[in-house]
Parts: sequence; structure tokens; C-alpha cells
Amino acid sequence: MSRYTPEEKVKIARDPGRPGTADFIAALFTDFFEQRGDRLCGEDPSILGGIARFHGRPVTVIGHRKGKSLEENLRCNFGMPSPEGYRKAQRLMRQAEKFSRPVITFVDTPGAYPGKEAEERGQGEAIAQTLALMSALEVPTIAVVTGEGGSGGALALAMANRVLMLEHAVYSVLSPEGFASILWKDASRAGEACGVMKLTAQDLRRGGIVQGVLREPEGGAHTNWEAAFRTVDAALVKELAALDKLRGPALARQRYEMFRAMGQGLPPAGREEP
Amino acid sequence: MNQTFSRRRDRLLTYRAMREGKITSSRRTGCPECGEESASLEWERGLWVCPQCGFHRPIDAYYRLANILDPGSFQELEEGLSPADPLSFPGYPAKLAGLEQSTGLRDAAVAALGKVDGHKAVFAVLDSRFLMGSMGTAVGEKVARAAEYAARKKLPLIIFSASGGARMQEGIFSLMQMAKTAAAIRRFQSGGGLYISCFTYPTTGGVTASFASLGDIMLSEPGALIGFAGPRVIEQTIKEQLPEGFQRAEYLLDHGFLDRIVPRSQWRAVLAQLLALHEKGGRA
Ligand SMILES: [Zn+2]
Repeated sequence: MSRYTPEEKVKIARDPGRPGTADFIAALFTDFFEQRGDRLCGEDPSILGGIARFHGRPVTVIGHRKGKSLEENLRCNFGMPSPEGYRKAQRLMRQAEKFSRPVITFVDTPGAYPGKEAEERGQGEAIAQTLALMSALEVPTIAVVTGEGGSGGALALAMANRVLMLEHAVYSVLSPEGFASILWKDASRAGEACGVMKLTAQDLRRGGIVQGVLREPEGGAHTNWEAAFRTVDAALVKELAALDKLRGPALARQRYEMFRAMGQGLPPAGREEP
Repeated sequence: MNQTFSRRRDRLLTYRAMREGKITSSRRTGCPECGEESASLEWERGLWVCPQCGFHRPIDAYYRLANILDPGSFQELEEGLSPADPLSFPGYPAKLAGLEQSTGLRDAAVAALGKVDGHKAVFAVLDSRFLMGSMGTAVGEKVARAAEYAARKKLPLIIFSASGGARMQEGIFSLMQMAKTAAAIRRFQSGGGLYISCFTYPTTGGVTASFASLGDIMLSEPGALIGFAGPRVIEQTIKEQLPEGFQRAEYLLDHGFLDRIVPRSQWRAVLAQLLALHEKGGRA
């Protein structure tokens, strides 16, 4: 049993002192070479990505970036990507497949940015295409939800063969505030929403949405980065070794079947078909 | 179920009789877009497009199919697929039961096999009467099964979207339907399948950010609101008012996200043309 309520976990998951994508990259990878731009119209710093070595092996690493200082927060739009960010991620994933590199993603975003320009440039299309692309990649993919997994903007980087979550991270269809205001027309009931949404790593593991929960150090990842890095590193090594046993088409099939099965309690497909 | 079916048939027969002028009525219906009232008969003759301003009012899935398919070609698929309550969300099962009673639908999507001008295709149509066409597990599953069925039968897939986005009451399971449907569409297309995506008023959130944006051909009814974030959320975020026409079909056409805008009366002709152009998979 966890000592924290779902509402407390949402607070912890959003703690600015938690290690972010840039911190995980610096600690777990070597030779990081950042790749910028979507090759269409822009560069979105709220998604950080590039090539790096993981235990000596070239991989593609991509994640949401919230930024550490206020200046950085603003530049990264507090981790809320625009279509350019998702299209950059697509570009990096296609390259990863071309060069047979595994893809490792770090997920930490309040959601995709609900802005005017983002809509104008096709936020929905960008997320949809990222999902479609990830679903069929013939290289191993692992996603780690490290903080806040907010909505489609998080899912777009999390359609992986294995989805892992830090113990106090959260992952949900919408922010608890948005959920409360849509369902109950009252954003102040966000605390109550946390309770019914089943957004904790433990609930999601039980529901078959994530495949592993990574233990955080006593007090949470923000109190002891080194311990959090060691845990994530060990989990990635283990999952990557397991996925290395599958060939490209089998990796795509495993991923397809895993997401295809989400949403239980439904009857099997009709037997007599016209 | 039989009761539901006969109610549905009665309604379609009534519509037809109204179109043919066999029924007259003095009832009037207001337009949610321009606020003007018109005779209900006028609305019906125009397929529920506002006689004053041209607003394409949401229509139910069976009515839409009845106006597009060749008579007698409709065969419903996966009719028994019913919704789940994966979060045991308070009040949700009662809400679903009430909506099934009032709409005759199990959930917000109808899948069918049908023909347009003799061309066979698989259809999935979202119905906004059912919780704003939001995508829960049953909608995601139905779209995925329609895509898989179309792949097995080597038939084109045509989806009409109308959705407020994710089904909040199904939480994270609702979110995962974006992944499920995007993957199913991708697999269908990789196998050479033609997917025509048709937007209708309104389509937002997780449906826009998954299967609805992945069409080989992208079409929309005039004036349809299409977006990822809803206009109110955007206005709250950027703290300014959005310009007239923002996120409407015409705006998306201008920004390169649609192939064409199709008025309601032209769906049959446009779909028939596209299906004919893709016959034999493009081989002579
Ligand atoms: Zn009107």
C-alpha cells in the first residue's frame, strides 16, 4: 500500500524538483547528440530528442522537456508540445527505425498545448500520425512516465512495447482539473477527481495500461535523483534485453496486440460476419 | 432490441413520407447556429441543413447511412458490442442504460457494411446523441473491428466522425482507444486499404487526434468544428477571443488539412466517385 493518496501523488508528479528528460539523458546516456527541428517549419524545445549511447549502444531518446528555470519553462512552454514537437519526434523515430536503433522515451507533460497556432498547424493530426507511426515501428520501444502523463500529448510518446511508470508518476485521460470541470462543471473538485480517475502507477499497472512500476527512493525521486537514475537504468537494461529477443515484425505485433487488448469486458468479435 | 429497431424504422419511414410530401406539419425547428426558426419540413427536405444559414445540424448515424447507402444494402456489423465501465464510475451504468433507451444505440458508434452506387464499403459512423459521440472502449473497439473487418474483406473503409473527444467516465481506458484505433487504421492502410475520413460537426479531442486525422482522403461537411482542443479551452489558455471561423472546416481546408468540403446532399456522389477511382486497387 502506498502512503500517498492519488491527490498527493499528483502534487509529487508535478514537483519541479523531479528529474526531467534532460536529467535522465545526462545521467543514463553518453554521447548525446541533440536533433532539432521538424524539417517542415519549426523547432519545438518542449520535446527534446536525439541520438545517444545507452550502455554503449546507439539509441534514439526522446522526451517532454518542461525546463528548470522560469526562462527555460517559458521557452519549453512548460512541457506542452506544439505540432512541431510531435513531427520532430516522428522524424527521429523514422530515423531510429532506419538505423535499427531502439527508441526510449521519457513522458512528462501536462498535455499538448491548446493554443491557437498549435491548432492552426494541426495538433490533432500531429498526435494521430505519431501514434500511427509508433504503432508500427519495427525496433524496440520503451516509454517511461517520469512525472505527469497528461492526455493525448503524453500518449503520443508512450505507444511503446513497454510502458513503465515511476512509482509516484501519474497518467490520465485529462488533468484532474480538466476532468472535474468537464464532468462536474467545477474545477475545484480536482481532488475528488484524482480519486476516481485511477491515475496512479499502481492502478494503471492493475488495469494493464502500464507494464511496470519503478520504485522511487524514500521521499520520492525529487529527494534522491541518483537512486531514481539507478532504478530507471536497471529497468531499461532489463526491458531492452527482453525486447532484443523479438525481431522487427514481432515487435510491431506485440505492441499492436497489447494496445488492441486495452478496454476489457467487451464481448469477442461477432462470429457470423456478412 | 426489437422495439428499438421498429422505432428506428418508423422514424425513417416518417422522414421519407415527409420528403415525399405525404405528411404535412406546421412544426418549426430552430437553428443552433443562426437562431432562426424554419418549418421542420423544410429542415427535413434539406437533410437537416439549416434553410436559412446552411448549418449542417448533427444527425443520427442510421439516418446518415440511410441517405448515403444504396437501398437495401445496409448490414449492421458488431451490433451487439456494448460499453464497459472499467473505472466503476459512479452513475455511469445508469447513464448508459438511459441513453440506450432514448437513442436505441448501445454506444456512440454504428458500424455497417453497405454499398454506394454499387461499390461495397465498410462504414463506421459516430452518433453525437450518445454522450456527444465521445470515444470510450466500445467506440474504440468498434472502429478497430471495422478496420480489421475491412482489411479481411479487402474493402474500403469510410468513417464519419462526430465527437466531443474522450469518454471521461472511462478515464485512461478511453485515452488508450486513441492508440488502438490509430494502430488499427495504420495496419489497414499498410495492407493497401483505402480509408476515407469524413468530419462532421463537431469533432474534437481524442477522435481528431487519432483515427479521424489519418484518412487517405480527408473530407468534411461545411462549417464543421474540427480541432484537438475545444475553442473554450483555447480561449481560456490564451486569454483572447478566437476569430470567426476558427477551427471550422473551411479554415482547415485553407490550412491544408482537408481535401474537400462536401455538402450533405453530395456525400453519395462524392463517395461513389472516390470508391470508383480506387477500384481494383488502382491497377488497370
Ligand atoms: Zn441556421
